[in-house]
Amino acid sequence: MSTDPKKLPGADPHTGNREIDPVTGYDTTGHDWGGIKELNTPFPKVALVALALTVAYSVIAWVLLPAWPLGRDYTRGILGLDQQEVAEERLRDLATLRADWLGRFEDPDFTALSNDPELMGLAMPAADRLYQDNCSACHGRAGGGGPGYPVLHDTYWLWGGAPDDIAVTLQVGINAAHPDTRWAQMPAFDWMEDGQLSALSGYVAAMPSDEADPDSEAATLFTENCVACHGEGGAGGLMNGAPSLVDDTVIYGQDEESVMVSLRNGRQGVMPYWSERMSDAEINALSLYVSRLPDDGAVDRTETPQASEGSAAEATQ
Amino acid sequence: MLQRTSRARLADAVSPWFVLIGFNLFCVWAATGYVMGQTQSKEYAEPEWYADLWLVLVWVTYFVVYIRTLARRAEPHIYVANWYYMAFILVVAMLHIVNNLALPVTWGSGESFTIWSGVQDAMIQWWYGHNAVAFFLTAGFLGMLYYFLPVRAQRPIWSYRLSILSFWGIVFFYMWAGSHHLHYTALPYWVQTLGMTFSVMLLVPSWASAGNAIATLNGAWHKVRDDAVLRFMFVAAVFYGLSTFEGSFLAIRPVNSLSHYTDWTVGHVHSGTLGWVAMIVFGAIYSMVPKLWGRNDMAWPKAVEWHFWLAIAGTLIYVVSLWNAGITQGLMWRAYDEGGALSYSFIESVEAMLPYYAARTLGGGLFLAGALLCALNCRATMRAAGNRVDEADRPLATQPAE
Repeated sequence: MSTDPKKLPGADPHTGNREIDPVTGYDTTGHDWGGIKELNTPFPKVALVALALTVAYSVIAWVLLPAWPLGRDYTRGILGLDQQEVAEERLRDLATLRADWLGRFEDPDFTALSNDPELMGLAMPAADRLYQDNCSACHGRAGGGGPGYPVLHDTYWLWGGAPDDIAVTLQVGINAAHPDTRWAQMPAFDWMEDGQLSALSGYVAAMPSDEADPDSEAATLFTENCVACHGEGGAGGLMNGAPSLVDDTVIYGQDEESVMVSLRNGRQGVMPYWSERMSDAEINALSLYVSRLPDDGAVDRTETPQASEGSAAEATQ
Repeated sequence: MLQRTSRARLADAVSPWFVLIGFNLFCVWAATGYVMGQTQSKEYAEPEWYADLWLVLVWVTYFVVYIRTLARRAEPHIYVANWYYMAFILVVAMLHIVNNLALPVTWGSGESFTIWSGVQDAMIQWWYGHNAVAFFLTAGFLGMLYYFLPVRAQRPIWSYRLSILSFWGIVFFYMWAGSHHLHYTALPYWVQTLGMTFSVMLLVPSWASAGNAIATLNGAWHKVRDDAVLRFMFVAAVFYGLSTFEGSFLAIRPVNSLSHYTDWTVGHVHSGTLGWVAMIVFGAIYSMVPKLWGRNDMAWPKAVEWHFWLAIAGTLIYVVSLWNAGITQGLMWRAYDEGGALSYSFIESVEAMLPYYAARTLGGGLFLAGALLCALNCRATMRAAGNRVDEADRPLATQPAE
């Protein structure tokens, strides 16, 4: 079969046209692909105009911006833009904006700063972003804690709840990789016999409700093994990371089973240190923010998390 | 399609089965690799070296079968759909091989290291990734569009010249566009500019294809109104036009600074995959299944209509909700208050997604319901097979070529 349309059977010998499509008025190319035909429609001008416009856009971009490689170099573009410089400049602008208020947190008098409503209006929303982006994953959106993670909006603190104390905890962490980190460990009492562990767990679990029997064998075990860290009568408050055992604030839970797990395996939760990630001023603003989280006036029992085996954190506020 | 438009039988009896079974075996390896963590951490190119080598074998066989069949065609020329298929098979092979060049840790281990390093690796990955979209999800499906749409509409292709321009335009421009996935990264600025400008120029051949498909329906609009199958194909062409416009738009650097890493990208991809790729596939399925099982129509014609409206409602809800989600995310992430501090924490932008993700679930559910209806309809059609012979079937006896 010849491919010259003029020689095809039925074709117009001058134009090669074989059939005219009644809808568009154009002839077909003469091809027939299993029933599919193609119209000889002339090239639409709008497509050429569009192509010209996009090419013009591209050429302008190539002239203005870095675009074409030239061996080991490239065309710089007449705007002379460098994406790293542009980004750094914008970051500098933002840092300048922040310096006005953040600078006052470099070496803060927290009481004075708290009494400056204008400053607080700028700093506390910013500190909230820092808190939500860095702390809320463990401590909760509103500071409510979670299984193994301390509540921040109550009045109970292991390492102190004043802004200065919180700032130190943020700077060095707890059981963290920082050389000056706060350190605390609940050792494993796995050497005790099962009966002793069981008695001691029951005793500790009964302490918050004041139902622990002071004359029992477990009370002796408690005095010999626990008081050194948890304080006389388990009252805590020694700023050593060991929680009070009388007011139901243990983040791993204080029911008998949870206490048993803590006794058998020990606990050593970690709070990371933030001095490499945040500036001193940011840490101070954040400390003030955390100290101002609305205290609910009492120990919040509803949000005190239940025991969780293998939790990563420790009662270390 | 290749056989119909070339009037030639497949070149071999065994190797097509090897391609079919081999490709599905690769898919099983790829899918189980995701579940079991056996991946090389490259987007769209996760399978490890052993699966990659197997795919090369399958894909080269595919190409050989294709070319040998094309070589024995009884038509003097090659139909435009077949050009697209050829580009699809050839370029996917090229992309797959280059991006997956890797050294196994040992021959007995599933892990490997890519031979590319640093930003070159990122560039190769997105040259691969973007052209996987171009030649897998576009070229192959444009081939389907160029066959099923004119056949179903009983209309000639509107412009032969435009289809040629689109083909070469798409094949040429797409190759340059991958770097728009790496705006504002360690990739040199000049590569980003080139990627951006070629992405913008790419819009013209893309719209030429979509426009050619829609103009082909001139004279058949009553069929689009009455026939849900043809309507699937029409909507596919419209979504193809929309997604390619959106793609060129998002490739512009300042636009990308808002959209990148947000759900806008996800919405864009789904307007392509649900609105374009899936719709043309549904159109093709509803054209093929009755033909293959010797019937005039699907067993449940009304279910096709239901499927159409479920699919289009699902796609629109899905895509529009993700546009909103993405733009919301982009605006929240870049907002600073007057003190130079971020206006929103990341978790707030996550919480803001709730209504959009709920709508997305609804949209996806509608779409999936439509697809299930399609599967059941196909099953019913197959079980009610007839013995009709298509009038358009023509003898395969070769006619003297030139």
